[in-house]
Formats: sequence, C-alpha cells, structure tokens
Amino acid sequence: MYRSNVLVCGGTGCTSSNSEQIMAKLKEEIKAKGLEKEVNVIRTGCFGLCALGPIMVVYPEGSFYSMVKVEDIPEIVEEHLLKGRIVTRLLYQETVDNDTIKSLNHTPFYEKQMRIALRNCGVINPEVIDEYIARDGYAALGKVLTEMTPQQVIDEVLASGLRGRGGAGFPTGRKWGMAAANKADQKYVCCNADEGDPGAFMDRSVLEGDPHTVLEAMAIAGYAIGASQGYIYVRAEYPIAVKRLQIALDQAHEYGLLGKNIFDTGFDFDISLRLGAGAFVCGEETALMTSIEGKRGEPHARPPYPAVKGLFGKPTILNNVETYANITQIILNGADWFKSIGTEKSKGTKVFALGGKIKHTGLVEVPMGTTLREIVEEIGGGVPNGRKFKAAQTGGPSGGCIPASKMDVPIDYDNLIAIGSMMGSGGLIVMDDTTCMVDIAKFFLEFTVDESCGKCTPCRVGTKRLLEILDKITKGNGTMEDIDKLEELCYYIKDNALCGLGQTAPNPVLSTLRYFRDEYEAHVKEHRCPAGVCKSLLRYEIQADKCKGCTACARVCPVGAISGTVKQPHVIDTSKCIKCGACMEKCKFNAIVKL
Amino acid sequence: MKSLAELQAIRDKARAQVELREEKGNNAIRVLVGMATCGIAAGARPVLNALVEEVNKRQLSNVIVTQTGCIGICQYEPVVEVVVPGQEKVTYVKMTAEKAVRVVNDHLVNGNVVTEYTIGAN
Repeated sequence: MYRSNVLVCGGTGCTSSNSEQIMAKLKEEIKAKGLEKEVNVIRTGCFGLCALGPIMVVYPEGSFYSMVKVEDIPEIVEEHLLKGRIVTRLLYQETVDNDTIKSLNHTPFYEKQMRIALRNCGVINPEVIDEYIARDGYAALGKVLTEMTPQQVIDEVLASGLRGRGGAGFPTGRKWGMAAANKADQKYVCCNADEGDPGAFMDRSVLEGDPHTVLEAMAIAGYAIGASQGYIYVRAEYPIAVKRLQIALDQAHEYGLLGKNIFDTGFDFDISLRLGAGAFVCGEETALMTSIEGKRGEPHARPPYPAVKGLFGKPTILNNVETYANITQIILNGADWFKSIGTEKSKGTKVFALGGKIKHTGLVEVPMGTTLREIVEEIGGGVPNGRKFKAAQTGGPSGGCIPASKMDVPIDYDNLIAIGSMMGSGGLIVMDDTTCMVDIAKFFLEFTVDESCGKCTPCRVGTKRLLEILDKITKGNGTMEDIDKLEELCYYIKDNALCGLGQTAPNPVLSTLRYFRDEYEAHVKEHRCPAGVCKSLLRYEIQADKCKGCTACARVCPVGAISGTVKQPHVIDTSKCIKCGACMEKCKFNAIVKL
Repeated sequence: MKSLAELQAIRDKARAQVELREEKGNNAIRVLVGMATCGIAAGARPVLNALVEEVNKRQLSNVIVTQTGCIGICQYEPVVEVVVPGQEKVTYVKMTAEKAVRVVNDHLVNGNVVTEYTIGAN
C-alpha cells in the first residue's frame, strides 16, 4: 500500500514540455531516498490547466505543483515526500492563500467546472485498466448487459437529452434508435476521433486520459443497436492517444470486456482502430466511413443516412469521442440526473479547449448555459497583458465569432446558432483588440481552401474565390461591391455545397461581416486596418519630436530602411520598410508609431 | 472475466489507491505524522507506513494519513496528531508501529482516544 501518489501529467501538452524527464527524475530521486515502496508515481491524462504545464499533483495532500522543472525534483522529493514539508514556492500560486493551501477545486479555474466527460482525466493512470474499474469502469456495461434491454438503453439515452458533441448537436438517443430499427445481418458502431478544428483538443485529451470510457460506451452502443463490431477513426497525428487506445484495447480483451460472450451474456463486441492521415474532411461522417472502407476520404450526399446505409453499406452509428464519454455516466446515474444539468434544450456539460489570447490556456468542462464571460474572465483568467477582449471564435472553421456584446449569452447549441456561430467540437479561441477580423476570416478560409476535398464545385471553387476577395480587401484593393459579392457568394456556397465542410466554410466570413462590418469597410474605404495587422495597409513612422537620435532603430532594422545622423531625428524609408516592427520594439522613447 | 462479481472484486482491490486521489471534503479525519529530521530519526517512517497499512486494511475511506513537518516537541518524537472535525486535536507521542495499529483500531474505528499514548499521559 502506497502512502502517497504523485500524479504527473502525461497529456500531449505537458509531454511536450518535458513531463517524461520529470517522471524519470522523480523515480530516480524516490529510489535514492528509499521511498519506492511508499510513494507511487503515476502518469495520468490532461489536468486541463495546460498553460501551467508540466503539472504534478501529490496526494493525499492534493498539492498542485505547476511549471515543474527537472531541477525542482530533488527538492520536492527531499522536502515534501521525505520530510512532509510542502514546497509552497513551487505550488500553483492560486492554491496558496495567506500560508494556507486551498484545494484545487476551489481555485477560480476549477471552481465553476463540472467534470463528467473529463471525470477521470488527471485522476487515473490511463494505461492501467484496474484504475478505470476502480472508478466504476465497465459497471455501466455490466448493468446494461444484465439488467436492460437494448430498447431501454436507447430510451435512457434519449431521455437524458444528450446531443452529439461533435458539433451538429443531433440527439444521440434518436440516432441510436434509427440504427436499431433497421434490420441487417451486420451493423457497425463508429467513433469519430478525427478532431481537426484548429485549436481543438478535447477529444485527444479524453483518449489520452481515459480511453476505456470510449471503449465501454461503444460496447453499450453496440448492444443498443445490435452491432458486434466497432471502429475508432483516430488521426495518426495523435500518437499518444493511439498508443493508449491500443493498450486499453489489449487490456479490455485480456479481461474479456471486449470480444466474445461478454459477462457470459452471449453478447459479442469488438473494436478496431483505424488511423486517419489527417485530412479535415475525414471528420465529416460520410467521408470518414469511406476512409475506413479503405477508399479515398470523400463525402457523399445524404440520404441515405448512415443509420440506414453507412459503413460497408450497413446500418451504422457514428458518435464523437466526447459524446461517448458521457454515456456510462448516464447509464449509471440515470437520465434524470443528466437532464438536471444544463439548459432546456442542451443537457449536460461541454468541454471547451481554451486558446488564443487568454491567461489559462487549457481544457475546461462547464455545464451548458454557462456564459462566455464566465468561461473567459473567471475560469480562463481573462485576456493577458491588459488588452481588451474583442471576440471569441467557436466551432473552428465551421463556426463564427462571438463579439464582446454577446458575452452574457448562455452558451448552448441553439443560442450559439442564433448569434451566428455554432458549438462545433468545442474549440474556443479568444481574440483581443490586436486581432483583425478580416484577417481571421482569411485565416479560416485559407484552412478550408487547403482542406476542401475538391469533389463539389461550390466548395472547391467557391471557397477559393472567397479567399481571393478577402485577400484583395486585406491588401487595400477591395471595393464596396466586393463586400456585397463576398456575402452573396457565402450564401450560395452554404446552400449548394455537398457536405458539412463546404456548407459551413463561409461561416467565419458571415459572422465577422455581421458583427465587424465596419472593419471590412475601414479596409476598403480608408485603406486602413483598425487592428494594425494587415501589413499592406501599415506604415511605420518616427515622431521627430520624440526621437533622440540614439540610432538603436537604425541598427536593428534588417533592411537598412532607417537613416539619420546621431542625436538627430531619424526617418523610415517606407519604400524599403518590410513592416517587421523590430524598430518599434527596440525604441526606448516610444518615438515610433504604427499607422 | 465472466461475471459482475469478478469486476467488483477488481474494483474493490484497486479502489484504495485511487481513493487517495479523490477530494474528501471537510469531514475527513486527518492523521498527521511529524516527519521532520527529528521525527524520521526517532522512527516516524515505520509509524507512518503502519498507519497507512492499517487504515487501508480497515477500509477507512474517510481518513487521510499524511505527513507534516516538525511539530516542535522533538523529545517526544515520533509524534502523531489525529484531527477529527468538530473535536479537539489529539496528540500521540513516542509512537511505534504497534501503537499506531492500536490508535487506528481504538481511536479511528471505535472513537476511543488511547489516553495512555497521548502527550498528557507523558
């Protein structure tokens, strides 16, 4: 029996900031002090507070060490693990309050969160099935197989009000019911782990931190619809997730929790992994299934819906990772419990990946109906460097921007659509007043142009034309007719594209036009970028009255565009200037301005 | 694995380790072992381990056994403090692994302070 557990984050974020070396050093120091039988070192999934990684938590005290360095380890082992003196200096400072140490759950970042999908992330070792079982793992599968009929399972999921967490928000129970109603010799259960939105990493964290929850939920879905085979389509760019999924599959097989005759009930279910090569369109359900079949990942028209004719032409259900992560809890705690969380039409919680101009970059799970203000200002710690919040982008390339004026709208599926964005998979990118909204629209369009599969004309040609118009505007060559044309083309693409990728591709343009039309007009009419981002419209100037002639700017300029004599005001030759901004950073007298 | 009973057995066995990582709330009983240099030199480590083992054996999920620094009464080490919410703190002194087992059984399980081990009796 270990008296102490040291949890080290093994998510992708903390792994990239050295948590592997920290684990190794910890084990080495613990061994040197002869504590290896008393202190257990465990690699877990993501804790959520990625901005402060690498993260390390010591239990039973619950001491939360943040931004741990390898050099800190000997001190933590000697002081904390050997002598019982918590190294307060290295703790996450939000947990230290006048010498007393607060529980992590009472810090602003965690206090408003409610963890259902992420309940095991940062708690268990995802590579040890026993730890998952210790947290009631596979009990839901056991309950379903021994106490419930398939129809009861579907009814329970339907009654819970759970909607697809991949973005569109289709009721999960209804999807399952449709597939169950279709008779076939073979049906399939698929998991969409092809998380492709820039800035989104919820699904990756669930797979890395709690892979068994997805396997268990897929088996439950298999029982509900009458399928014996499942596929997880995960991108090859998630190597840690793939590795842990494979370990989880092997362990579940070994325990007989997957395979033939599970719990001696006659129910067979197996799961295979399929690795995607990273094409964005393969996150679209019909393209994903085509890719699993071994063909080129291209979408096709619906109907027929997958519930009727999906993978290999058989009835299939496809759910997202986060959707599955809720299933076992609905079975164990009941639909009424789940229904009590959230808003009228959106039940439960949602995981958001917070990124961009925000203090606490990371992963948060909040009840539906939480406002953007609570997420950004309270949980996320607000916009850093004294800047002002301008907008938040949700839903990735398919979503839109939420302006500051809509910050108090409770976030759920329907409200987000009403204000011109969408839930999407849960990426939430915060932008401050140094972000140009036309440039942001252009960024997302560049992404969709790259990722368009090329099958249908509205998407292949239409998005390219959208990008060209945006490019023209950001270069200061746009006309007012261009803005009208842009808008018209957006609606045309929305109405005519084949799949979800094309139909939603114009959303970033439409939502920025809706809330930030004045910025578009400033680019066109005044040839000015209000945020000072679009380089073609920028000009750097030295204010003669403030310039002391110290020559610092002239020396740092990479293209020799600044001239002048010592102790005399300098000037910038705008024809040579490449607008890198190096001179402005270097100037001690704030004499250089961006116009 | 072919039955729910087998699943339950695995769960129970793995439970103790995972329980250590779960929030106990304000009602938990805290057992603090003084583990400064003086405590360790006087033999606090076997006391700590005996406490952990016995608490686990008795499945006392509401008890947190943790270490603390020097309590300040070095001549009485090893020192163990038991803090039951709503009650006065009890300080046991000159502890051994055997005494620790008795403290768990008498005090933590049955609620009877082992008076003869407390600082008042010395």
